[in-house]
Amino acid sequence: MKEYTANKYNNSFLSVVSALTRGMKLTLKHFFQAGKRREATNVNDKNYFNQTQGLATLTYPYESIPVPEVGRYRLHNEIDDCIVCDLCAKICPVNCIEIESVKATEDIGLTSDGTKKRLYAATFNIDLAKCCYCGLCTTVCPTDCLTMTKVYDFPETNVKNMIYHFTDLTPEQVLEKKQKLEKQQQEVALAKAAAIKPRQEEK
Amino acid sequence: MLAVILCIVFLLMVVVPVVYAERKVAAFMQDRMGPTEAGPHGILQPLLDVLKLLEKEDIIPANADKPLFAYAPIVIFAAVLAGFAVIPVSPSIISSGAYLGVFYLLAIVSLDIIGLLMAGWGSNNKYAVLGAMRSVGQIVSYEIPAGLAVLSVVMICQSLDFQEISFQQGILMNQFAGLEEETNYLFGLKALGLDVTRIGGITTWNIVRMPFLIIGFVIYFISSLAECNRAPFDIPEAESELVAGFHVEYSGFRFAALFLAEYSLMILVSLVAVILFLGSWNTPLPNLGAVTLANWTTGSVGAWSGNLWGIFWLLSKTLLLVYTQIWIRWTYPRLRVDQLMHLCWKVFTPIALGLVLLAGVWRLLMI
Repeated sequence: MKEYTANKYNNSFLSVVSALTRGMKLTLKHFFQAGKRREATNVNDKNYFNQTQGLATLTYPYESIPVPEVGRYRLHNEIDDCIVCDLCAKICPVNCIEIESVKATEDIGLTSDGTKKRLYAATFNIDLAKCCYCGLCTTVCPTDCLTMTKVYDFPETNVKNMIYHFTDLTPEQVLEKKQKLEKQQQEVALAKAAAIKPRQEEK
Repeated sequence: MLAVILCIVFLLMVVVPVVYAERKVAAFMQDRMGPTEAGPHGILQPLLDVLKLLEKEDIIPANADKPLFAYAPIVIFAAVLAGFAVIPVSPSIISSGAYLGVFYLLAIVSLDIIGLLMAGWGSNNKYAVLGAMRSVGQIVSYEIPAGLAVLSVVMICQSLDFQEISFQQGILMNQFAGLEEETNYLFGLKALGLDVTRIGGITTWNIVRMPFLIIGFVIYFISSLAECNRAPFDIPEAESELVAGFHVEYSGFRFAALFLAEYSLMILVSLVAVILFLGSWNTPLPNLGAVTLANWTTGSVGAWSGNLWGIFWLLSKTLLLVYTQIWIRWTYPRLRVDQLMHLCWKVFTPIALGLVLLAGVWRLLMI
Protein backbone atom coordinates (compact mmCIF):
# COMPACT_ATOMS: atom_id res chain seq x y z
CA MET A 1 0.00 0.00 0.00
CA LYS A 2 1.28 3.38 -0.93
CA GLU A 3 1.83 5.64 2.01
CA TYR A 4 0.32 9.08 1.65
CA THR A 5 1.86 11.85 3.59
CA ALA A 6 1.18 15.53 3.79
CA ASN A 7 4.75 16.21 4.74
CA LYS A 8 6.68 17.65 1.83
CA TYR A 9 9.55 19.00 3.92
CA ASN A 10 12.98 17.61 4.54
CA ASN A 11 12.54 15.48 7.62
CA SER A 12 16.16 14.65 8.38
CA PHE A 13 17.35 15.10 11.95
CA LEU A 14 19.70 17.97 11.15
CA SER A 15 17.18 19.96 9.14
CA VAL A 16 14.59 19.56 11.91
CA VAL A 17 17.09 20.70 14.53
CA SER A 18 18.13 23.69 12.44
CA ALA A 19 14.49 24.64 11.88
CA LEU A 20 13.80 24.42 15.62
CA THR A 21 16.90 26.53 16.35
CA ARG A 22 15.81 29.15 13.86
CA GLY A 23 12.44 29.38 15.60
CA MET A 24 14.07 29.83 19.00
CA LYS A 25 16.41 32.49 17.60
CA LEU A 26 13.49 34.42 16.16
CA THR A 27 11.60 34.65 19.45
CA LEU A 28 14.80 35.47 21.32
CA LYS A 29 15.54 38.27 18.86
CA HIS A 30 12.10 39.77 19.52
CA PHE A 31 12.64 39.35 23.27
CA PHE A 32 15.83 41.41 23.13
CA GLN A 33 14.20 44.06 20.96
CA ALA A 34 11.52 44.58 23.59
CA GLY A 35 13.34 47.64 24.94
CA LYS A 36 12.24 49.54 21.85
CA ARG A 37 8.78 50.89 21.15
CA ARG A 38 7.11 51.68 17.87
CA GLU A 39 6.20 55.35 17.81
CA ALA A 40 2.61 56.50 17.72
CA THR A 41 2.92 58.18 14.33
CA ASN A 42 0.29 58.86 11.75
CA VAL A 43 0.15 56.82 8.57
CA ASN A 44 1.27 59.94 6.68
CA ASP A 45 4.54 59.91 8.62
CA LYS A 46 7.63 59.06 6.58
CA ASN A 47 8.75 56.44 9.10
CA TYR A 48 5.39 54.76 9.50
CA PHE A 49 6.33 51.67 7.47
CA ASN A 50 9.99 51.66 8.52
CA GLN A 51 9.34 50.75 12.15
CA THR A 52 10.00 47.02 12.12
CA GLN A 53 11.41 46.56 15.62
CA GLY A 54 10.08 46.85 19.13
CA LEU A 55 6.78 46.55 20.91
CA ALA A 56 3.80 47.29 18.71
CA THR A 57 1.30 47.87 21.53
CA LEU A 58 -0.10 51.35 22.03
CA THR A 59 -1.15 52.00 25.63
CA TYR A 60 -4.29 53.65 24.31
CA PRO A 61 -5.71 56.09 26.80
CA TYR A 62 -2.16 57.35 27.48
CA GLU A 63 -0.96 57.32 23.89
CA SER A 64 -2.82 57.45 20.62
CA ILE A 65 -2.08 57.67 16.93
CA PRO A 66 -2.69 61.27 15.81
CA VAL A 67 -5.84 61.68 13.74
CA PRO A 68 -5.55 63.55 10.42
CA GLU A 69 -6.98 67.07 10.18
CA VAL A 70 -9.78 65.73 8.00
CA GLY A 71 -10.84 63.10 10.54
CA ARG A 72 -14.56 62.29 10.26
CA TYR A 73 -15.67 61.72 13.82
CA ARG A 74 -17.81 63.76 16.23
CA LEU A 75 -20.09 66.37 14.62
CA HIS A 76 -19.89 69.98 15.67
CA ASN A 77 -22.27 72.78 14.77
CA GLU A 78 -21.11 76.37 14.96
CA ILE A 79 -24.52 77.77 15.88
CA ASP A 80 -23.56 81.40 15.17
CA ASP A 81 -23.08 80.48 11.51
CA CYS A 82 -26.15 78.27 11.27
CA ILE A 83 -29.13 79.52 9.29
CA VAL A 84 -31.34 76.64 10.57
CA CYS A 85 -32.18 75.59 7.01
CA ASP A 86 -32.96 71.99 8.09
CA LEU A 87 -31.08 70.52 5.11
CA CYS A 88 -28.89 68.38 7.35
CA ALA A 89 -31.88 66.89 9.15
CA LYS A 90 -33.51 66.09 5.80
CA ILE A 91 -30.49 64.32 4.29
CA CYS A 92 -29.59 62.35 7.39
CA PRO A 93 -30.09 58.65 6.60
CA VAL A 94 -30.58 57.70 10.25
CA ASN A 95 -32.59 60.76 11.37
CA CYS A 96 -30.24 61.65 14.18
CA ILE A 97 -30.62 65.43 13.80
CA GLU A 98 -33.66 67.13 15.34
CA ILE A 99 -34.28 70.77 14.46
CA GLU A 100 -37.03 73.13 15.49
CA SER A 101 -36.89 76.68 14.19
CA VAL A 102 -38.57 79.94 15.24
CA LYS A 103 -38.82 82.84 12.83
CA ALA A 104 -37.01 85.91 14.01
CA THR A 105 -39.07 89.02 14.50
CA GLU A 106 -36.14 91.38 14.16
CA ASP A 107 -32.85 91.49 12.28
CA ILE A 108 -30.49 88.89 13.78
CA GLY A 109 -27.41 89.59 11.70
CA LEU A 110 -25.26 87.70 9.26
CA THR A 111 -23.23 84.50 9.35
CA SER A 112 -19.49 84.71 8.90
CA ASP A 113 -19.85 84.04 5.15
CA GLY A 114 -22.40 86.83 4.77
CA THR A 115 -25.65 84.87 4.62
CA LYS A 116 -28.56 86.58 6.33
CA LYS A 117 -29.96 84.71 9.32
CA ARG A 118 -33.76 84.67 9.59
CA LEU A 119 -34.47 81.81 11.98
CA TYR A 120 -33.67 81.01 15.58
CA ALA A 121 -32.74 77.42 16.38
CA ALA A 122 -35.15 76.57 19.17
CA THR A 123 -33.84 73.00 19.10
CA PHE A 124 -30.72 71.71 17.38
CA ASN A 125 -30.01 68.22 18.74
CA ILE A 126 -27.70 65.64 17.23
CA ASP A 127 -27.96 62.13 18.67
CA LEU A 128 -24.40 60.83 18.17
CA ALA A 129 -25.44 57.43 19.42
CA LYS A 130 -27.50 57.12 16.24
CA CYS A 131 -25.05 58.89 13.94
CA CYS A 132 -23.47 56.69 11.27
CA TYR A 133 -20.67 59.16 10.49
CA CYS A 134 -21.49 59.28 6.77
CA GLY A 135 -20.80 63.01 6.62
CA LEU A 136 -23.73 63.79 4.28
CA CYS A 137 -24.98 66.57 6.59
CA THR A 138 -21.66 68.40 6.34
CA THR A 139 -21.71 68.31 2.53
CA VAL A 140 -25.20 69.79 2.25
CA CYS A 141 -24.64 72.49 4.84
CA PRO A 142 -24.83 75.77 2.90
CA THR A 143 -22.85 77.83 5.39
CA ASP A 144 -20.31 75.11 6.37
CA CYS A 145 -21.26 75.50 10.01
CA LEU A 146 -21.78 71.74 10.53
CA THR A 147 -18.42 69.97 10.50
CA MET A 148 -16.84 66.70 11.57
CA THR A 149 -14.04 66.97 14.11
CA LYS A 150 -11.06 64.85 15.11
CA VAL A 151 -12.62 63.81 18.44
CA TYR A 152 -13.50 60.11 18.37
CA ASP A 153 -13.32 59.12 22.02
CA PHE A 154 -16.45 60.42 23.72
CA PRO A 155 -18.17 57.55 25.51
CA GLU A 156 -20.90 58.27 28.09
CA THR A 157 -22.32 56.17 30.89
CA ASN A 158 -25.83 57.41 30.12
CA VAL A 159 -26.98 57.14 26.52
CA LYS A 160 -29.00 60.36 26.89
CA ASN A 161 -25.73 62.23 27.19
CA MET A 162 -24.91 61.18 23.65
CA ILE A 163 -27.47 63.71 22.45
CA TYR A 164 -25.60 66.96 21.83
CA HIS A 165 -27.57 70.22 22.18
CA PHE A 166 -26.18 72.96 19.95
CA THR A 167 -28.76 75.71 20.43
CA ASP A 168 -27.58 78.85 22.18
CA LEU A 169 -31.04 79.77 23.47
CA THR A 170 -32.43 78.83 26.86
CA PRO A 171 -36.02 77.45 26.99
CA GLU A 172 -37.18 80.81 28.44
CA GLN A 173 -35.61 82.70 25.56
CA VAL A 174 -37.27 80.31 23.09
CA LEU A 175 -40.63 80.93 24.74
CA GLU A 176 -40.00 84.66 24.59
CA LYS A 177 -39.12 84.49 20.88
CA LYS A 178 -42.23 82.44 20.19
CA GLN A 179 -44.44 84.92 22.02
CA LYS A 180 -42.83 87.78 20.13
CA LEU A 181 -43.45 86.01 16.83
CA GLU A 182 -47.05 85.28 17.78
CA LYS A 183 -47.60 88.88 18.77
CA GLN A 184 -46.05 90.11 15.52
CA GLN A 185 -48.18 87.72 13.53
CA GLN A 186 -51.30 88.91 15.33
CA GLU A 187 -50.33 92.51 14.62
CA VAL A 188 -49.78 91.65 10.99
CA ALA A 189 -53.12 89.88 10.87
CA LEU A 190 -54.81 92.88 12.46
CA ALA A 191 -53.06 95.24 10.06
CA LYS A 192 -54.14 93.07 7.16
CA ALA A 193 -57.70 92.99 8.41
CA ALA A 194 -57.59 96.74 8.83
CA ALA A 195 -56.28 97.11 5.31
CA ILE A 196 -58.92 94.83 3.83
CA LYS A 197 -61.87 96.43 5.70
CA PRO A 198 -62.21 99.72 3.67
CA ARG A 199 -62.10 97.75 0.43
CA GLN A 200 -64.87 95.47 1.61
CA GLU A 201 -66.92 98.50 2.65
CA GLU A 202 -66.50 99.99 -0.83
CA LYS A 203 -68.22 96.99 -2.25
CA MET B 1 3.74 21.88 60.07
CA LEU B 2 5.90 25.00 60.29
CA ALA B 3 8.21 23.59 57.64
CA VAL B 4 5.27 23.07 55.26
CA ILE B 5 4.06 26.65 55.75
CA LEU B 6 7.58 28.01 55.27
CA CYS B 7 7.94 25.86 52.17
CA ILE B 8 4.64 27.13 50.72
CA VAL B 9 5.60 30.74 51.44
CA PHE B 10 9.01 30.21 49.81
CA LEU B 11 7.31 28.52 46.85
CA LEU B 12 4.90 31.44 46.45
CA MET B 13 7.85 33.81 46.51
CA VAL B 14 9.30 31.97 43.52
CA VAL B 15 6.07 31.04 41.71
CA VAL B 16 4.56 34.53 41.72
CA PRO B 17 7.57 36.12 39.96
CA VAL B 18 7.66 33.18 37.54
CA VAL B 19 3.99 33.76 36.63
CA TYR B 20 4.78 37.44 36.09
CA ALA B 21 7.87 36.53 34.06
CA GLU B 22 5.86 34.12 31.94
CA ARG B 23 3.40 36.86 31.00
CA LYS B 24 6.06 39.47 30.37
CA VAL B 25 8.39 37.17 28.41
CA ALA B 26 5.47 35.92 26.32
CA ALA B 27 4.44 39.49 25.60
CA PHE B 28 7.95 40.61 24.66
CA MET B 29 8.44 37.66 22.34
CA GLN B 30 5.23 38.60 20.57
CA ASP B 31 5.97 42.36 20.48
CA ARG B 32 3.32 43.09 23.09
CA MET B 33 3.67 44.79 26.48
CA GLY B 34 2.14 42.35 28.96
CA PRO B 35 0.65 43.59 32.22
CA THR B 36 1.28 47.33 32.66
CA GLU B 37 -1.49 48.67 34.89
CA ALA B 38 -1.15 47.06 38.35
CA GLY B 39 1.88 48.64 39.97
CA PRO B 40 4.98 49.83 38.11
CA HIS B 41 5.31 47.72 34.93
CA GLY B 42 2.42 45.59 36.22
CA ILE B 43 4.48 43.77 38.86
CA LEU B 44 1.47 43.41 41.15
CA GLN B 45 -0.54 41.59 38.48
CA PRO B 46 0.13 37.96 39.57
CA LEU B 47 -0.46 38.87 43.23
CA LEU B 48 -3.78 40.50 42.39
CA ASP B 49 -4.69 37.49 40.22
CA VAL B 50 -4.19 35.24 43.22
CA LEU B 51 -6.26 37.60 45.39
CA LYS B 52 -9.02 37.59 42.78
CA LEU B 53 -9.02 33.77 42.66
CA LEU B 54 -9.27 33.56 46.45
CA GLU B 55 -12.23 35.95 46.47
CA LYS B 56 -14.19 33.97 43.91
CA GLU B 57 -17.07 31.64 44.66
CA ASP B 58 -16.15 27.97 44.99
CA ILE B 59 -18.34 26.35 42.34
CA ILE B 60 -18.83 22.58 42.30
CA PRO B 61 -20.86 21.36 39.30
CA ALA B 62 -24.18 19.74 40.27
CA ASN B 63 -23.36 16.42 38.61
CA ALA B 64 -19.73 16.27 39.68
CA ASP B 65 -18.40 13.50 41.87
CA LYS B 66 -18.05 15.83 44.83
CA PRO B 67 -15.34 14.19 46.97
CA LEU B 68 -13.13 13.48 43.94
CA PHE B 69 -13.68 16.97 42.57
CA ALA B 70 -12.99 18.62 45.90
CA TYR B 71 -9.85 16.69 46.87
CA ALA B 72 -8.15 16.46 43.46
CA PRO B 73 -6.40 19.88 43.69
CA ILE B 74 -5.15 19.00 47.15
CA VAL B 75 -3.76 15.65 45.94
CA ILE B 76 -2.04 17.31 42.99
CA PHE B 77 -0.57 20.12 45.03
CA ALA B 78 0.48 17.81 47.87
CA ALA B 79 2.27 15.50 45.42
CA VAL B 80 4.24 18.37 43.92
CA LEU B 81 4.97 19.98 47.28
CA ALA B 82 6.20 16.66 48.73
CA GLY B 83 8.76 16.51 45.92
CA PHE B 84 10.46 19.63 47.28
CA ALA B 85 11.30 17.82 50.54
CA VAL B 86 14.41 16.13 49.15
CA ILE B 87 15.77 19.10 47.19
CA PRO B 88 19.07 20.40 48.58
CA VAL B 89 19.20 24.20 48.54
CA SER B 90 22.84 24.64 49.59
CA PRO B 91 25.67 22.43 50.93
CA SER B 92 24.11 22.46 54.40
CA ILE B 93 20.41 23.14 53.81
CA ILE B 94 18.18 20.23 52.83
CA SER B 95 14.75 19.48 54.29
CA SER B 96 15.21 15.73 54.17
CA GLY B 97 18.55 14.17 53.30
CA ALA B 98 16.99 10.87 52.31
CA TYR B 99 19.35 8.22 50.91
CA LEU B 100 16.68 7.34 48.34
CA GLY B 101 15.91 10.96 47.44
CA VAL B 102 15.91 10.48 43.68
CA PHE B 103 13.72 7.41 43.86
CA TYR B 104 11.35 9.10 46.32
CA LEU B 105 11.03 12.16 44.10
CA LEU B 106 10.24 10.19 40.94
CA ALA B 107 7.68 8.14 42.89
CA ILE B 108 5.96 11.00 44.70
CA VAL B 109 5.69 13.22 41.64
CA SER B 110 4.02 10.33 39.80
CA LEU B 111 1.24 10.58 42.38
CA ASP B 112 0.28 13.74 40.51
CA ILE B 113 -1.36 11.51 37.88
CA ILE B 114 -3.92 10.22 40.38
CA GLY B 115 -4.90 13.78 41.20
CA LEU B 116 -5.24 14.63 37.51
CA LEU B 117 -7.45 11.62 36.87
CA MET B 118 -9.54 12.47 39.96
CA ALA B 119 -10.00 16.02 38.69
CA GLY B 120 -10.89 14.94 35.17
CA TRP B 121 -13.25 12.15 36.18
CA GLY B 122 -14.80 14.04 39.07
CA SER B 123 -15.71 17.03 36.90
CA ASN B 124 -18.17 14.89 34.88
CA ASN B 125 -17.26 16.87 31.79
CA LYS B 126 -16.17 15.36 28.51
CA TYR B 127 -13.37 17.86 27.96
CA ALA B 128 -12.07 17.28 31.45
CA VAL B 129 -12.07 13.49 31.01
CA LEU B 130 -10.34 13.78 27.63
CA GLY B 131 -7.76 16.16 29.07
CA ALA B 132 -7.13 13.96 32.09
CA MET B 133 -6.72 10.83 29.96
CA ARG B 134 -4.34 12.57 27.59
CA SER B 135 -2.43 13.98 30.52
CA VAL B 136 -2.10 10.62 32.26
CA GLY B 137 -1.12 8.84 29.04
CA GLN B 138 1.49 11.47 28.35
CA ILE B 139 2.96 11.59 31.85
CA VAL B 140 3.15 7.81 32.22
CA SER B 141 4.88 7.55 28.83
CA TYR B 142 7.36 10.33 29.40
CA GLU B 143 8.35 9.06 32.82
CA ILE B 144 10.20 6.24 31.08
CA PRO B 145 12.76 8.29 29.09
CA ALA B 146 13.01 10.79 31.96
CA GLY B 147 13.54 7.95 34.42
CA LEU B 148 16.18 6.34 32.20
CA ALA B 149 18.02 9.66 31.84
CA VAL B 150 17.97 10.04 35.62
CA LEU B 151 19.12 6.45 35.96
CA SER B 152 22.22 7.11 33.88
CA VAL B 153 23.12 9.97 36.23
CA VAL B 154 22.54 7.71 39.20
CA MET B 155 24.84 5.11 37.65
CA ILE B 156 27.57 7.69 37.12
CA CYS B 157 27.22 9.03 40.67
CA GLN B 158 26.50 5.68 42.32
CA SER B 159 24.03 7.36 44.65
CA LEU B 160 20.31 8.09 45.02
CA ASP B 161 20.97 10.89 47.49
CA PHE B 162 20.51 14.35 45.97
CA GLN B 163 22.96 15.89 48.42
CA GLU B 164 25.67 13.34 47.62
CA ILE B 165 25.12 13.86 43.88
CA SER B 166 25.44 17.61 44.50
CA PHE B 167 28.70 17.29 46.47
CA GLN B 168 30.23 15.11 43.74
CA GLN B 169 29.88 17.94 41.23
CA GLY B 170 32.14 20.53 42.85
CA ILE B 171 35.23 21.39 44.85
CA LEU B 172 33.50 20.48 48.15
CA MET B 173 33.36 16.79 47.21
CA ASN B 174 35.80 15.54 49.82
CA GLN B 175 33.87 17.25 52.63
CA PHE B 176 30.92 14.87 52.22
CA ALA B 177 30.95 11.88 54.57
CA GLY B 178 31.93 8.83 52.48
CA LEU B 179 33.52 10.75 49.62
CA GLU B 180 36.74 11.81 51.42
CA GLU B 181 39.00 9.65 49.24
CA GLU B 182 37.21 10.24 45.92
CA THR B 183 38.86 12.01 42.98
CA ASN B 184 37.23 13.73 40.01
CA TYR B 185 39.04 13.27 36.71
CA LEU B 186 38.39 15.42 33.64
CA PHE B 187 35.53 13.79 31.63
CA GLY B 188 35.52 11.18 34.40
CA LEU B 189 38.29 9.28 32.61
CA LYS B 190 40.90 7.99 35.03
CA ALA B 191 43.13 7.09 32.09
CA LEU B 192 43.47 10.78 31.17
CA GLY B 193 44.95 11.36 34.62
CA LEU B 194 43.82 15.01 34.86
CA ASP B 195 42.71 15.52 38.44
CA VAL B 196 40.05 18.26 38.57
CA THR B 197 38.89 17.70 42.17
CA ARG B 198 40.48 21.01 43.24
CA ILE B 199 39.60 22.84 40.01
CA GLY B 200 35.87 22.33 40.35
CA GLY B 201 33.47 24.65 38.55
CA ILE B 202 31.99 23.46 35.32
CA THR B 203 34.67 20.76 34.90
CA THR B 204 33.09 18.64 37.63
CA TRP B 205 29.47 19.00 36.56
CA ASN B 206 27.83 15.74 35.55
CA ILE B 207 27.46 16.79 31.93
CA VAL B 208 31.25 17.20 31.77
CA ARG B 209 32.13 14.22 33.96
CA MET B 210 30.28 12.09 31.44
CA PRO B 211 29.91 14.21 28.28
CA PHE B 212 27.18 11.99 26.82
CA LEU B 213 24.95 13.08 29.70
CA ILE B 214 24.26 16.21 27.66
CA ILE B 215 22.01 13.93 25.59
CA GLY B 216 20.49 12.69 28.84
CA PHE B 217 19.94 16.29 29.90
CA VAL B 218 18.12 17.13 26.66
CA ILE B 219 15.97 14.02 26.95
CA TYR B 220 15.19 14.75 30.60
CA PHE B 221 14.40 18.41 29.90
CA ILE B 222 12.04 17.65 27.01
CA SER B 223 10.37 14.85 28.97
CA SER B 224 9.95 17.17 31.93
CA LEU B 225 8.10 19.61 29.68
CA ALA B 226 5.69 16.78 28.89
CA GLU B 227 5.36 15.94 32.58
CA CYS B 228 4.44 19.54 33.43
CA ASN B 229 1.93 19.63 30.55
CA ARG B 230 3.89 22.57 29.14
CA ALA B 231 3.87 23.58 25.50
CA PRO B 232 4.72 22.09 23.04
CA PHE B 233 3.34 19.07 24.93
CA ASP B 234 0.28 20.83 26.33
CA ILE B 235 -2.31 18.64 24.61
CA PRO B 236 -3.97 17.84 27.96
CA GLU B 237 -4.71 21.54 28.45
CA ALA B 238 -4.99 22.55 24.80
CA GLU B 239 -7.04 25.73 25.13
CA SER B 240 -8.12 25.66 21.52
CA GLU B 241 -9.56 22.15 21.54
CA LEU B 242 -10.23 21.10 25.15
CA VAL B 243 -10.91 24.55 26.65
CA ALA B 244 -8.60 23.88 29.60
CA GLY B 245 -8.42 20.11 29.90
CA PHE B 246 -8.80 18.52 33.32
CA HIS B 247 -9.27 21.82 35.18
CA VAL B 248 -12.02 23.21 32.96
CA GLU B 249 -14.64 23.06 35.76
CA TYR B 250 -12.45 24.52 38.48
CA SER B 251 -12.66 28.05 39.79
CA GLY B 252 -11.63 30.12 42.75
CA PHE B 253 -9.34 28.64 45.36
CA ARG B 254 -9.24 25.16 43.83
CA PHE B 255 -8.16 26.58 40.50
CA ALA B 256 -5.51 28.62 42.30
CA ALA B 257 -4.20 25.39 43.88
CA LEU B 258 -4.02 23.67 40.48
CA PHE B 259 -2.33 26.69 38.94
CA LEU B 260 0.17 26.86 41.78
CA ALA B 261 0.86 23.12 41.45
CA GLU B 262 1.51 23.50 37.74
CA TYR B 263 4.05 26.27 38.20
CA SER B 264 5.61 24.55 41.21
CA LEU B 265 6.09 21.43 39.11
CA MET B 266 7.83 23.55 36.47
CA ILE B 267 10.24 24.78 39.11
CA LEU B 268 10.64 21.31 40.65
CA VAL B 269 11.61 19.61 37.38
CA SER B 270 14.03 22.44 36.60
CA LEU B 271 15.58 22.06 40.06
CA VAL B 272 16.00 18.31 39.49
CA ALA B 273 17.55 18.93 36.07
CA VAL B 274 20.00 21.39 37.61
CA ILE B 275 20.91 19.07 40.49
CA LEU B 276 21.37 15.98 38.35
CA PHE B 277 23.06 17.45 35.29
CA LEU B 278 24.15 21.05 35.79
CA GLY B 279 26.19 20.94 38.95
CA SER B 280 23.45 21.54 41.54
CA TRP B 281 24.39 24.41 43.89
CA ASN B 282 28.03 24.39 42.70
CA THR B 283 29.55 27.40 41.03
CA PRO B 284 30.20 27.19 37.27
CA LEU B 285 33.52 29.05 37.67
CA PRO B 286 36.63 26.82 37.93
CA ASN B 287 39.84 27.45 39.91
CA LEU B 288 42.43 28.61 37.41
CA GLY B 289 45.88 28.49 39.04
CA ALA B 290 46.19 31.43 41.42
CA VAL B 291 42.79 32.80 40.38
CA THR B 292 40.66 30.60 42.63
CA LEU B 293 37.29 31.62 41.19
CA ALA B 294 35.59 28.45 42.44
CA ASN B 295 36.77 28.99 46.03
CA TRP B 296 35.68 32.63 45.95
CA THR B 297 32.19 31.79 44.68
CA THR B 298 31.54 28.79 46.90
CA GLY B 299 32.06 29.91 50.47
CA SER B 300 32.45 27.43 53.31
CA VAL B 301 30.05 24.65 54.21
CA GLY B 302 27.66 25.50 57.03
CA ALA B 303 28.57 29.20 57.04
CA TRP B 304 26.43 32.02 55.70
CA SER B 305 28.67 32.41 52.67
CA GLY B 306 28.27 28.77 51.65
CA ASN B 307 24.50 28.88 52.02
CA LEU B 308 24.04 32.15 50.16
CA TRP B 309 26.32 31.14 47.27
CA GLY B 310 24.57 27.75 47.11
CA ILE B 311 21.11 29.30 46.97
CA PHE B 312 22.30 31.87 44.44
CA TRP B 313 23.81 29.36 42.01
CA LEU B 314 20.96 26.86 42.36
CA LEU B 315 18.27 29.50 41.86
CA SER B 316 19.96 31.23 38.97
CA LYS B 317 20.51 27.97 37.08
CA THR B 318 16.94 26.91 37.82
CA LEU B 319 15.47 30.20 36.69
CA LEU B 320 17.51 29.97 33.49
CA LEU B 321 15.87 26.61 32.79
CA VAL B 322 12.44 28.00 33.70
CA TYR B 323 13.10 30.84 31.26
CA THR B 324 13.93 28.24 28.61
CA GLN B 325 10.64 26.48 29.34
CA ILE B 326 8.77 29.75 28.85
CA TRP B 327 10.81 30.52 25.75
CA ILE B 328 9.97 27.12 24.24
CA ARG B 329 6.30 27.54 25.08
CA TRP B 330 6.04 30.79 23.15
CA THR B 331 8.01 29.50 20.18
CA TYR B 332 6.69 26.09 19.25
CA PRO B 333 3.20 24.94 18.26
CA ARG B 334 1.52 22.03 20.02
CA LEU B 335 2.35 18.45 19.02
CA ARG B 336 -0.32 16.01 17.90
CA VAL B 337 -1.00 13.00 20.16
CA ASP B 338 0.60 10.52 17.76
CA GLN B 339 3.66 12.74 17.27
CA LEU B 340 3.98 13.01 21.03
CA MET B 341 3.90 9.26 21.53
CA HIS B 342 6.21 8.73 18.55
CA LEU B 343 8.78 11.05 20.10
CA CYS B 344 8.56 9.29 23.43
CA TRP B 345 8.49 5.60 22.51
CA LYS B 346 10.37 5.50 19.22
CA VAL B 347 12.99 8.20 19.76
CA PHE B 348 13.65 9.00 23.39
CA THR B 349 13.22 5.56 24.97
CA PRO B 350 15.75 3.79 22.68
CA ILE B 351 18.26 6.64 22.99
CA ALA B 352 17.85 6.71 26.78
CA LEU B 353 18.33 2.93 26.96
CA GLY B 354 21.54 3.29 24.95
CA LEU B 355 22.60 6.07 27.28
CA VAL B 356 22.11 3.85 30.34
CA LEU B 357 24.36 1.24 28.75
CA LEU B 358 26.94 3.89 27.89
CA ALA B 359 26.78 5.29 31.43
CA GLY B 360 27.52 1.83 32.82
CA VAL B 361 30.58 1.50 30.58
CA TRP B 362 31.69 5.05 31.45
CA ARG B 363 31.44 4.30 35.15
CA LEU B 364 33.88 1.44 34.65
CA LEU B 365 36.33 3.93 33.09
CA MET B 366 35.90 6.27 36.07
CA ILE B 367 37.17 3.86 38.76
